Amino acid sequence: MRIGVVTFPGTLDDRDAARAVRLAGGEAVALWHADADLKGVDAVVLPGGFSYGDYLRAGAISRFAPVTQAIVDAAHGGLPVLGICNGFQVLTEAHLLPGSMIKNEHLSFICREQELRVENASTAWTSEYAHGELITIPLKNQDGQYVADERTLDELEGEGRVVFRYTGWNPNGSRRDIAGVCNERGNVVGLMPHPEHAVEPGFGPDGAKGRRSGTDGLKFFTSVLASLVS
Amino acid sequence: MGRVVVDVMPKPEILDPQGKAVANALPRLGFTQFSSVRQGKRFELEVDGPVTEEILAAAREAGEKVLSNPVIEDVVAVYEEQA
Repeated sequence: MRIGVVTFPGTLDDRDAARAVRLAGGEAVALWHADADLKGVDAVVLPGGFSYGDYLRAGAISRFAPVTQAIVDAAHGGLPVLGICNGFQVLTEAHLLPGSMIKNEHLSFICREQELRVENASTAWTSEYAHGELITIPLKNQDGQYVADERTLDELEGEGRVVFRYTGWNPNGSRRDIAGVCNERGNVVGLMPHPEHAVEPGFGPDGAKGRRSGTDGLKFFTSVLASLVS
Repeated sequence: MGRVVVDVMPKPEILDPQGKAVANALPRLGFTQFSSVRQGKRFELEVDGPVTEEILAAAREAGEKVLSNPVIEDVVAVYEEQA
């Protein structure tokens, strides 16, 4: 299975995302922002960073990139798409996901190992998790406060489209502790924390098996591979 | 050469963390008169010719579609600025 990983000018985590795809057993395919060709990939990851410098608003300029336009069309056709951090911001700006992100409530850039609860284990990117499972993956951002109007939030809750919620502590003031959401079909998922940084023993968050042993993010990538096979 | 100004502000119901930080700083500099601050954005769009109705309409559309995100922001004013 071939998973595309997009690079915009200012993307930071494309190499980690590609490595996560390979560790999960997939083939990572580099996709370039200026190229509308998705190279026949079976799914796409929009990694984190500061695309186009995040000028105007986080993710706002990337929305108009040729590759993004192609991804929007393919996502409407059911292509699995995962937006991580800045990738999540791009997906909201592209109207594939509702809501938006504003500056963290406390105004500080935050970098920590964050616990999340999996609220929806039936999306293309979360099927290998159990409903209610607690996972710990890194969180690092400046504009991470998820906001939407009350009606949209109620809709998301009612339709089971809140995919991840912060537990223990809300690190950025996000409405209803929301860390990630999906579209109606469940093929498009976006979240602020970084699963691709918790996929390999020795380089992840501290876990049950010792320091840096956490690999809770790996199931994002094995989930999508499984969903493509089935 | 003409110039159109587009003013964008965070929606009233959206907390404005930047404005809050500025509001907290003002009293430290002796400005105790202001009870709250909201911080927005001003865009200056220049055209080679005069600012026509069509130019203003295009600026309004750009304001809604690109310069602001309607989930979190409002375009509060679009107007020609005299040089």
